[in-house]
Amino acid sequence: MGVNRRDFLKEAGSAALGVGCGLPLLGTACSAVSQEPHGAESSARQWAMVVDVEKCRSEEVRRVCTEACHVAHNVPAIPDPAEEIKWIWVEQYENVFPDQVHNKTAAFIRQTPVLVLCNHCDNPPCVRVCPTQATWKRDSDGIVMMDMHRCIGCRYCMAACPYGSRSFNWGDPREYIPTDENGRFPTDYPTRSKGVVEKCNFCAERLREGLQPACVEAVNQIPGGEGALTFGDLSDPESEVSRMLNETNTISRRVNLGTGPNVYYKV
Amino acid sequence: MTDKTKAIAGLAVFVILVTYPFWSVLGSATAASAPELELPEGEDNCVEETQFMTANHMDLLNQWRNAVVRDGEREYISASGERHVMSLTGTCMGCHSNRDAFCTRCHDYSNVSPACWDCHVEPEGN
Repeated sequence: MGVNRRDFLKEAGSAALGVGCGLPLLGTACSAVSQEPHGAESSARQWAMVVDVEKCRSEEVRRVCTEACHVAHNVPAIPDPAEEIKWIWVEQYENVFPDQVHNKTAAFIRQTPVLVLCNHCDNPPCVRVCPTQATWKRDSDGIVMMDMHRCIGCRYCMAACPYGSRSFNWGDPREYIPTDENGRFPTDYPTRSKGVVEKCNFCAERLREGLQPACVEAVNQIPGGEGALTFGDLSDPESEVSRMLNETNTISRRVNLGTGPNVYYKV
Repeated sequence: MTDKTKAIAGLAVFVILVTYPFWSVLGSATAASAPELELPEGEDNCVEETQFMTANHMDLLNQWRNAVVRDGEREYISASGERHVMSLTGTCMGCHSNRDAFCTRCHDYSNVSPACWDCHVEPEGN
C-alpha cells in the first residue's frame, strides 16, 4: 500500500523541523572551522620593550628618551598638564605600579621616576571600544596603531586605557611644536590636528625602515644609557628582550587587568 | 505731480534695482577662467593618465592612505605597470613641489578645502 496524504505531510513536516534544528549547529561548526586560520596568524611578530628602572634613575637618560621621541614625532610641548600630549613620559614608581607598593615601601622606592609609554597590549581595551576602528592591533607585529584620518575624537579609548597612554588634542598642536628659525618642524612626521587622540606608536615608521625606536636608539648612544631601554621581538626566543625576560626579574603594569602589556620593567 | 507719477517713478526705481544684477554683467558675460596650474617641468605623465588624475586624484589618495596606514603597503602599481611609492609628501610633492601653484589654486577654484596639510608637513624646499 502506498503512502497516504496524511502520513506524507507528517513525515515531511518532521523532516523540515529536523533540518531547521540542525542548521544552527552546522553554522557553529562552519564558523569554528573558518576561525582556525585566524588563530594561527597570531604567531606573528610581537614587538616588546624592557625598561631598566635602575638605569632610568639618571635624569639625563630620561630626558634623552623623551626628547628623541618628541623630535621624531613632532610632539607638542604644551605647558598645561591638563592638555599635554604624552608619548613617553615619567611617572613615580608608586603610580606606575600601584599594586607593587605597600605601606612600608621606602619613600625613595615610591618616588623613583619611571619611564612609561603605550604598552601595546595583547588585549588592548582601547581597540575594543573604538567605534570607528581608528585604533587597531596590527596582526603583523602587534603594534597598537592609530589612524588619525579616522579618529573622531570621542575619547572612549582614553577612558578605556588603564595606563593613561592616550592624549587628546584640545587645540591645534602646531602652535606648541618647537620650530627652527625657518619655521620648520623638527621632522616630516605628520603633526596631529585639533580633535584627535594620539599616543606612542612604537616608532612604526622607523621599524618599517629597519631602525630601532627613536627613544631606544638615542638612549643607547649616551654614556650610562646603554641598555636602559631594550627593544625586540617577543615571538623570537633568541631576541634580546626574550633573553632578558627569561633571565631577570621583570614586572609589567597592572597585569591583573588582563590587558597583556608588552612593556616590561626590570626592577 | 500726481500720485500716479510718484507710483510709476517708484516702480521704475524698484525694477531697475531688482534687475541690476542681470543687466550689469551683460557686457562682461564670460565663464570664470579655469585656474592656471604650474605643472612639473620635464615630466610627461603623472602616476596615471592626466585625465584620470584630474578627475580621480582624491579617490586615489584615499586608496593610498588606506593601503599605507591600514595595511602597511607602500608600493602602487599603475595601470601601465609602473611602480610608485604611495606617499603624498614623497611621490606627489616630489614632482608637484609648489603646493600653492598647483593644489591650492585648483582647490580654491572648485571651492573645496581638503584637510591634508592640517597634519602632513610639506617637504623642505617648498
